[in-house]
Amino acid sequence: MNFRAVVRNIVTSLRPGAASGEAARHARRAIKRNFSFSQTVFIATIVFLFLPLFVLILYSFNDTKGMDWTGFSFHWYEQLFLHSRDLWRAFWNSILIAITSAGTATVLGTFGAIGVTWYRFRLRSYVQTISFLPMILPEIIIGVSLSIFFAGMKIPLGLLTIYIAHTSFNLPFVFLMVMARLDEFDFSIIEAAHDLGANEGQTLLKITLPICMPGIVSGFLTAITISLEDFVITYFVAGPGSSTLPLYIYSAIRFGVSPVINALSVVMILGTVLLTYLLRNFLKYIAAK
Amino acid sequence: MAHRKNYGPLYSFPMAAWFTVFFLAPIIIIVIYSFLKKGLYGGVEWEFSLEAYRNLTNPSFIVITVRTIITSIIATVITILIALPCGYFMARSRNQTLLLLLIIIPFWTNFLIRVFAWMNILGNNGFLNEFLMRIGLIDDYIHFLYNQNVVILVLVYMYLPYAILPLYSTIDKFDFSLLEAARDLGATKLASMIKVLLPNIRSGMYTAVLFTFIPIFGAYAVPLLVGGKDSYMLGNIIADQLTKSRNWPLASAISMVLTVVTTAGVLLMMNLQKKDASRIADASKSAGTARAALDTGVSS
Repeated sequence: MNFRAVVRNIVTSLRPGAASGEAARHARRAIKRNFSFSQTVFIATIVFLFLPLFVLILYSFNDTKGMDWTGFSFHWYEQLFLHSRDLWRAFWNSILIAITSAGTATVLGTFGAIGVTWYRFRLRSYVQTISFLPMILPEIIIGVSLSIFFAGMKIPLGLLTIYIAHTSFNLPFVFLMVMARLDEFDFSIIEAAHDLGANEGQTLLKITLPICMPGIVSGFLTAITISLEDFVITYFVAGPGSSTLPLYIYSAIRFGVSPVINALSVVMILGTVLLTYLLRNFLKYIAAK
Repeated sequence: MAHRKNYGPLYSFPMAAWFTVFFLAPIIIIVIYSFLKKGLYGGVEWEFSLEAYRNLTNPSFIVITVRTIITSIIATVITILIALPCGYFMARSRNQTLLLLLIIIPFWTNFLIRVFAWMNILGNNGFLNEFLMRIGLIDDYIHFLYNQNVVILVLVYMYLPYAILPLYSTIDKFDFSLLEAARDLGATKLASMIKVLLPNIRSGMYTAVLFTFIPIFGAYAVPLLVGGKDSYMLGNIIADQLTKSRNWPLASAISMVLTVVTTAGVLLMMNLQKKDASRIADASKSAGTARAALDTGVSS
């Protein structure tokens, strides 16, 4: 499967009203024919995918704790915003970890991608392989091996170890997205800059980084979302008092379900939808510039 | 550019160093630990031992390994069977943007919250039971949760888009006139799908299988939250050995099993794909893109 084609495909298909020519033409013809089987499966799948979200939203407004509908209330939202100190502490931990680890990953990944894409050197294939592997291995292996590693190195578990773990699994994504961006550009631009007398630093600042910017930004944001989302790896490398939001949610689910989690879910769903919307427009803006 | 300095290593060194220290080293450590003796109070004693691997031949581990494999295969097959028609429908639709968003939106929601939602629906006092009792279909609660089937259901739910997305993007590139040609030549609808469409979207199929099988095979949170003790998977056993029994060599050895099976799966799929040497890179690249696209709904 060609990577660039996939990216382009996703991008084009996300752009409003830009179904790719071939498919659109055939779609128009297909409309007349009946392909009710795939349509039925698709609709059923959408219902399946959204059902849990609707249940969450519905019951976040329920007056009482149970699933028995007893009346509309903002009770759980009030609980969430005013009486959930531990939850918010975990939330800020998550934000802190997400920003620092995504930042580190972005710096390392961007330079890594520039080196691997535009230069040939010994150990290049080592660098490439090792930066793909964390995506192939199941999360639990990364969590367990890091947990044992930290214990062996006598590094106490806490925010630092979570930061290290998150940077490790964020990095491949930044690396890939910057590489995808670089793939589209000709190395000869760089050579031209050099021929015209720019040194490596100037080329980097004036040409390479601006070229990569859309890749860097989307890599950074992807890294943030992946970091905010992670539970399994964090579970193994978190110490006492270093809870992140997913860890908090986990313990809330494990030890007595609270409808505050319903309210939290709704807030998070709205938050991510809004963020993604802004992000898409921002990326389009950058790309258009 | 022979006259210029090669900055490649300089650029890539920090990233390579990070991965070597915080990814490769930990993996090497668990490989070594799996061959050591269990320490008295957790940890290890530096003495060669095959004890951990001998423990793996223990019938209870074999049962869990077999269960993990079977669960993963069933969940992957169901996921692909649902994802294929979905991907096909999306590729042939005129509203691709909207349909993609419909698939992606549920997956912007936190993973644990989605599991939690299913617990809300299927619990004894959950949505489904309340609903069925309200309409008078049942008199007493049905125990939907904490068994093998619900683990499979939730796993399918979690990993569906990881299959739909690559299938959709492969089918979108497929030349649909080939299907019409097959029909004109007398093939039935089903036959044209199987003989013309499927072989042409093989690469998407392999990617989809890989994306679903690997995370499901290493599943930890789903069986823990919605499964019973008898639906534990390898991931849960590793965690138990690490945190409860503090048997590091055994946790490492089971991790090795997981790694070997996963790697074997990846290599098998790569081989089936029969492409050039950049296959691994390609597959993991598209894996990354798909995940990234799912996570943010955007790509570079």
